[in-house]
Amino acid sequence: MMAMARGKGEGYIAQGLGIADCLAAIYFHELRYDSANPTWSERDRFVLSTGHYSIAMYATLAEAGYIDAAELPTYGLNGSRLPMSTFDDLPGVEVVGGSLGHGLGQAVGMAMGLRLDGSEARVICELSDGELEEGSTWEAAMASATFKCDNLVALIDCNGIQADGPITVKIEPVADKFAAFGWDTAEVNGNDMAELVDALARMRARDEKPKAIVMRTTPGFGVPTIMKRERAHFVRVDNSEWDALVAELERENG
Amino acid sequence: MAEDTFSPGRTRGMGELIDISGKTTELAPFGRTLAELGTERPEIVGLTADMGRYSDILPFRDAHPTRFFNVGMAEQCLVMVAAGLAKTGKIAYCTTYSVFITRRAYDFVAIAGAHSKANVKIFAGMPGLMNGYGATHQATEDLNMMRGIADLTIIDPCDATELKQVVRAVADIPGAVYVRTLRGKVPVELPADYRFELGKAKLLRRGGDVGIISTGYMSARALDAAKAASAAGVEASVLHLSTIKPFDARSVRDFAQQFRRLIVAENHKTTGGLASLVVETLYDSGIVKPMIKIGLADSFFECGSQEYLEAKYGVDLPRFVRAIVEAR
Ligand SMILES: Cc1ncc(C[n+]2csc(CCOP(=O)(O)OP(=O)(O)O)c2C)c(N)n1
Ligand SMILES: [Mg+2]
Repeated sequence: MMAMARGKGEGYIAQGLGIADCLAAIYFHELRYDSANPTWSERDRFVLSTGHYSIAMYATLAEAGYIDAAELPTYGLNGSRLPMSTFDDLPGVEVVGGSLGHGLGQAVGMAMGLRLDGSEARVICELSDGELEEGSTWEAAMASATFKCDNLVALIDCNGIQADGPITVKIEPVADKFAAFGWDTAEVNGNDMAELVDALARMRARDEKPKAIVMRTTPGFGVPTIMKRERAHFVRVDNSEWDALVAELERENG
Repeated sequence: MAEDTFSPGRTRGMGELIDISGKTTELAPFGRTLAELGTERPEIVGLTADMGRYSDILPFRDAHPTRFFNVGMAEQCLVMVAAGLAKTGKIAYCTTYSVFITRRAYDFVAIAGAHSKANVKIFAGMPGLMNGYGATHQATEDLNMMRGIADLTIIDPCDATELKQVVRAVADIPGAVYVRTLRGKVPVELPADYRFELGKAKLLRRGGDVGIISTGYMSARALDAAKAASAAGVEASVLHLSTIKPFDARSVRDFAQQFRRLIVAENHKTTGGLASLVVETLYDSGIVKPMIKIGLADSFFECGSQEYLEAKYGVDLPRFVRAIVEAR
């Protein structure tokens, strides 16, 4: 991801680093897919609602074999297939992101559609803490409980920030809210792989309830300089600073 | 993947919107003027939906912290709360990007805002193609949507000079107002003696060969293009309509009659915005003129830097100059 953002000198690096563990847990421990056949009808659907997390999504899709890793450095450049937020014309991307608060409702519809088809496939949907402020998210939360979508797992990335800085409105207690809306819930450290994998496995129960995993993540996880940044929503990095940041990441991750 | 097919043009997601090279600019004319006005008029309140930093309203927050509210990323809530504040006698200035106020909060703008004659003043950032994040962020049909709402005033200012005047003027325009807002370092394009008047078109340049009707920052481009065309021997007039609603039909009619050919230019699709308004106005008066429309097709648009997108979709300066020369 660091190499991806380098071409443009900027990007949603903090969110990308924060959500990387979650995407790895989903794609390499939970989701059933065939990257050679992105439209396989029996695939589990992964819905990335937070379109500007694209940087992590592209890195994951490359790792999972949907796209060529050589394409990653075009992130955000004019003419690239990998723009700053996700569009569904890229293989492996299920919905158009970018306009926030669109993901959960579409995930509910997918869960209902798969069930109508008698499919065993499930839907896993990522959404951000900022998206909890959109009314559409709660409309979808009610619909999914009403329609008993137990084949739907929502992963809510509570990274504590949004565009203007720290989360500005009272969104807590997130897990209790989903529980009150009729969901099964769990709360995990979203930068702890074991906790993520374990929670995802526990959420396979078919008990007529949709599932929510509330993840506490740290923006910029793995790169202390970015973790410490007060304005982390959109990170612009000077040409001269990249090597130091990459070195930090390598040091932190052995 | 051949690297040289990609260019790194800046997505002005976080800074000024348009190419300001070689131009005189003013920083955050919207927020700075609103902060001043807030000192003069205690009934003014400011709101945003998590787009404070990116809409230039922070100078108002810093000057009047108790009268500033960030409702979070909740555009429908933004308009409802603004309308409620207006019901208690406040003048509520609210900000987010054009695309989210129009597409996400339309019903609320129509009913809680316009129908309720609420003093909700919407300053909508990054209109038209001015956003590198692609179709999800580009308000390329906002004029079309907003002109469909009765009793809503719509203004598309050209530059910093006009925007500052509009910030002040809207406080005294009754009811809901939608203003397309320029942010960051905003160019100064209009002469110092320019005066914004609600519902009045302004003649910015006089030339006998071609008549250009334009709005928003495309009026600045029209002036640049007219200057370039003049060097090629074609003289163009520029009629700037910053008020889209109420529409100055009489000025458009009078202007159109003086020319054999017209150009209409807007930072918007050519359907449903200024070009449509001009055609409707002229047709109603039985005036038919050949017309070149400079604007966007009825489509969704790519991501990329402003310069890249403008060239790709045919609204850049060279295309404009060619249009003037062709229209002669
Ligand atoms: C409907 C909508 N409103 C506003 C925006 C502008 N916007 C882009 S990111 C963002 C912050 C949203 O919060 P979150 O996803 O938690 O941000 P992060 O953690 O990435 O900082 C906002 C308001 C948007 N993309 N979509
Ligand atoms: Mg967040």
